[in-house]
Formats: sequence, structure tokens, C-alpha cells
Amino acid sequence: MDAPQPIAKAAEPSSVRLVATLAFAGFLSGLIIVSTFETTLPSITAHRDLRLEQSVVKVLPGAVSLRRMVHRDGHLTVVEREQKGEEIILGGYAADGRLVGYAIPGAAPGFADTIALLYGYVPERRKVVGMQILESRETPGLGDKIYKDAAFVANFASLSVDPEIVAVKKGKKTAPNQIDAITGATISSKAVVKAINTANALWLPRLEAAPRSGTETSETNAKR
Amino acid sequence: MNDLLWIFVSTLLINNFVLAYFLGICPFLGVSQRLDTAFRLGLATSFVMLVTGLCVWFLNTYILEHAPYLRLISFIVVIASTVQFIEMVIKKLSPALFKALGIFLPLITTNCAILALAIFTTNKGYGLVEGMVYALGSGLGFTLAMVLMAGLRQETDLAPVPRLIRGTAMNLIIAGILSTAFMGFAGLFSAG
Amino acid sequence: MLKTKPDAYQEFLKGLWRENPVFVQVLGMCPTLAVTNSAENALVMGAATLFVLVASSGLVSALQRWIPKQVRISTFIIIIATFVTVIDFSLEALVPRLHKELGPFIPLIVVNCIIMGRQEAFAARNPVPLALLDAFGMSIGFFFALLALGSVREILGVGSLFGVNLFGPHFEPWVIMILPPGGFLTLGLLLLFFNWIKERKERLVRRLDAMEAEAR
Repeated sequence: MDAPQPIAKAAEPSSVRLVATLAFAGFLSGLIIVSTFETTLPSITAHRDLRLEQSVVKVLPGAVSLRRMVHRDGHLTVVEREQKGEEIILGGYAADGRLVGYAIPGAAPGFADTIALLYGYVPERRKVVGMQILESRETPGLGDKIYKDAAFVANFASLSVDPEIVAVKKGKKTAPNQIDAITGATISSKAVVKAINTANALWLPRLEAAPRSGTETSETNAKR
Repeated sequence: MNDLLWIFVSTLLINNFVLAYFLGICPFLGVSQRLDTAFRLGLATSFVMLVTGLCVWFLNTYILEHAPYLRLISFIVVIASTVQFIEMVIKKLSPALFKALGIFLPLITTNCAILALAIFTTNKGYGLVEGMVYALGSGLGFTLAMVLMAGLRQETDLAPVPRLIRGTAMNLIIAGILSTAFMGFAGLFSAG
Repeated sequence: MLKTKPDAYQEFLKGLWRENPVFVQVLGMCPTLAVTNSAENALVMGAATLFVLVASSGLVSALQRWIPKQVRISTFIIIIATFVTVIDFSLEALVPRLHKELGPFIPLIVVNCIIMGRQEAFAARNPVPLALLDAFGMSIGFFFALLALGSVREILGVGSLFGVNLFGPHFEPWVIMILPPGGFLTLGLLLLFFNWIKERKERLVRRLDAMEAEAR
């Protein structure tokens, strides 16, 4: 070091010191975050699984448990966790292990933003047996009736899917594949219908190709 | 293609980040006195959003699968670094703009809109193309709101408004009216 | 006017009224408007912010001697982000329904200007007890602002408070209050009201001072 610095300027901390401080802060932060994560993970996973189970039970009357499935190589495969980008379908099983039907997720743009829902489908009867809205930002008092109005939700308790579901003006329902739209919320009602029709177009052919009575291959089975 | 258009228009107009989600209010209320500054800050923010969108996709796809709890921190670090980088670039290319933006340039880091973009993109599970379209739409939506607000403020600054209302209270009421107007965009893409 | 020595009580009180973060400093707007569509949401957000602000201020103040000036902002951010992640996971584990309601706005606490602002302006240059008092005061001031906004919006927009129906079935809710424009308008009007009160108080103080000067 050469001549001493003027007293007015305090010694600048070295770059090493700066990096070390940030590194230490990052390390400490990482430690705290990871421990919180590990502690809360069981609770969070339990809540999520419970919510999913409740939804499946709601849209598939008679189902008490579920299994996640994906469509791989032409078969329905039971998985623990789907891979990124894979669409899942949920199989609903009754207490005796019998397959009740499938809970299928769907989504479509609504009036305000995307509406996400889950609906129950029974292949043998080719009917939708239940519907639950998962996410919606529709207008309170109008569009939000898609989940608040029991009469609208009841439309989906026994709805034929052939050739496809259609929304008609309230009170004008004549065919088994029609639902009564909500007065003043036509767009939201039609979005719900579109979500189900789109998901049907994707999954119904797959389900028809798959074996009927719950003999889906399991991921773990395939590995043996 | 239809989906991408919906994503873009939805975040630009129907679910505008500022007027429907209340994001980026600090610069929206703080920097919108002059039209040209507002416009340039909007564009700078949009650029940061695009870069952030790209980094977020990369992080989500390759790294965060293994450490999801580091999501928030890594997003923040990416945003802070991007803003730092933009600051250096603007300082080099246009010192006048750098001076005009002043303190608000580093404040882009705390702009909730950018972090919200990262979080929303992750929650919606967008891929690379969808994510970039979403980032572009959101940035332009933010810029649109800023520019509209700046224009309105330039007018009302010259109008005889009671002293008590002047300032943030008035700007918020103007924002409320703007937000109501934007509600008219809902249903632009009918599911019919 | 005599300037009182900054005592601990003042550090706490100033956040409540005189330097209220929302109504006076006009900070932390994003969460204020977004989560106040119901009183319950406002409550949870206020509580979460209180945790983050107090914890961060405490830690920053305790470590201020070891944080070099050049990296202070980055260090603050790391500290704040850590506590926000902690509260995010905790809320998701403990009250999943409320966590879902608030959604992405809990992680957004990280960029709440109030928290960063207090670290920079106060916590980093004051001893821990004062920093904690300042943090508490600001948090409660913020909490109070959120609650005021949330209550007004819920009462007018839904007809209930904390889910308890107030007006009976024939009440026609003013729906726009719980939509985004309602947030802007309510905050604007509340700010207006706040300004008016402040103005009246100042006028009163000026009149008292003038009378005092005359009496001498």
C-alpha cells in the first residue's frame, strides 16, 4: 500500500467482502426457506389432495377415492405425479374399488378471464354427471352464477354428450344434451359448455380406446 | 393461434395489469405527469417484462423443478439483475432519458407488475411462446394505462379542480373511471 | 413550535396517523387495492405484511453493522423475500382457503414499497427496539388502512362485513365496489377524507398559534 488515504474517505469494503455478505445472506435465507418448506410440505400436500378429492366426489356421485391418470402410448396410465405438459384425468372409484367414472378438467375463456372447471363423466352412460367450477373471475351477481346458482349447476347432473352439449335460452331446454343458460350471463354459460365440449373432444376418443372397467396400466406395474 | 390472440388481448385490455389487477400502481401514480416520460418508462418496463418472461420460463423448465421453494427469490434476483442491466444500457445509449427517468428506473425492480408477471406465468403454466406473448401483452397494457393516465393528468393539471381533491386522490378517482371504461372490453372474445 | 425528542412512543405512533403508509406516504398501493374486496382478505393481508415488516426490520436493524452500504438493497431484498416465502408456505399450510383467496398477492408482499422503504429509511440506521416499534407502527397503520378500505368495499359491494350479512335479502349490492374500479374510487375518496381532516387540524393549529401570538 502507498501513501495513507485522506481521513475523509472511509475504507471501501473489498469486493470479496461484498460477495461474501451476499453469499452468506443467501445461504442463511436458503436454510430458512428450505426448513419452512420441509415443515409445511406435508400439510400443504394433504390440503391439496383433500381439495382434489372433494372436487372429484362432488362431480362423480358415488366416488370416494381417485387416481391420477395420463394418456401415454395409447393407454391410460395411473401415475403418482404427471410430467410437465401432460394432461391429466382423474379416475373416481367407489368404496368397493369399482370405477365410477372420470373427472375431467376443462377450461375456456369466459367473460372476464379463463374459467377452469372439473366435470364428471360416466362412459357407459355417455353422460356428464356433475360439474364444479374451479376458477372464475366472472362478474359478481351475473357471471358468478355459474357456481353460485344451484339450478345452473344442476343442469350438469345428467347431461348427454352426444353430439355435443349446447346452451339454450333459459326455460327452452328440450333435448338431453342441452342446458339452460343463465339469463344475463350467456357468455359465461357458453364458456362452461365450451370447456366441457373441448375436453370431451380430447378425452372421449381416448377413453373409448381404453379398456372399460378400470384395468388401466399403472406406472409402477409397467416398471416391473 | 387463436389461443395466443386471446392471451394477448386479454392481458392488454380485458385484464389489464394496472386497471384490473392493480399492479404497477406506484409508477402509474408517480410517473404519469408527462406523456413522453410515461411512454418511455412503459416501454422500459415492457422490455424488462420480456426479458423476465424469458428467464422465468428457463428457470421454471430446468431449475425450479428441483427446488420449487426458491421460486420467489430467484424471480427477484432475475428482475433486479435485468433492471440493473437495462439501467446501464440506457445510461450508455441515451443519457437524457436516463436523467429524465431518474429514480424511477431502479424502482422498476419494485414494480409489482414484473414480479406478478413472473408469478402469473408460472401459475398459468404457459410455455415459451405463450409466456412471451403474455409478457408482451402485459407490458404493452401497462404502457397503455400509463399513457392514458398521463394524457388525462396533463389535461386536469390545467383544469380548475378544488384544491382539496388535487393530488393522489384525484388521480385515483381518474384511475377508477379509466378502470370502469376498460371493463367494457370484457366479453371481447365471445365463446359463442 | 418545539420539536419533541424522538421517544419510543412517537416512533410507534407515527405509523398510525401522521405518517400512515397508505394515506400519507401513499405507498404499498398494489396490495391495498387488490385484496380489499372483503374485510377478511384485508385482515389476512395486513397480518401477513405485519409479520414480514416486523421480522425484516428486526433482522436488518440487528445486522446493520455487517451489511456493507453497496449491497444493502440486495441484502434487504434477500431478507424480505425469505420472510415472505416463510409466511406464504405457513399460510398455505394453516389456512388454505384464505391463502387461495389472496393468491399471488402474498408473494407480492416482497415488492411492497412500504417494507423496503422502512428498511432503507429507518431500520438500517436505528437500534433494534426502535426499528421494531417503527415496524409495528407502520404495519398497524397499514393494517388499519386495509381494513377501512376492505370494510367499506364489502359493506357496499356485498352487503356484509366479515361474511356476516348486514342488510338482509332486499339489499341491492353496489357490485362495482368489489370490482377494480371500486377499489380505485374508494381509496381516492378515503384519501380525500383523510386530507380534509388533516387540513382542518392544521387550520385549527394555525388559529391556536395565532391566538397565542396575539395574547403575548
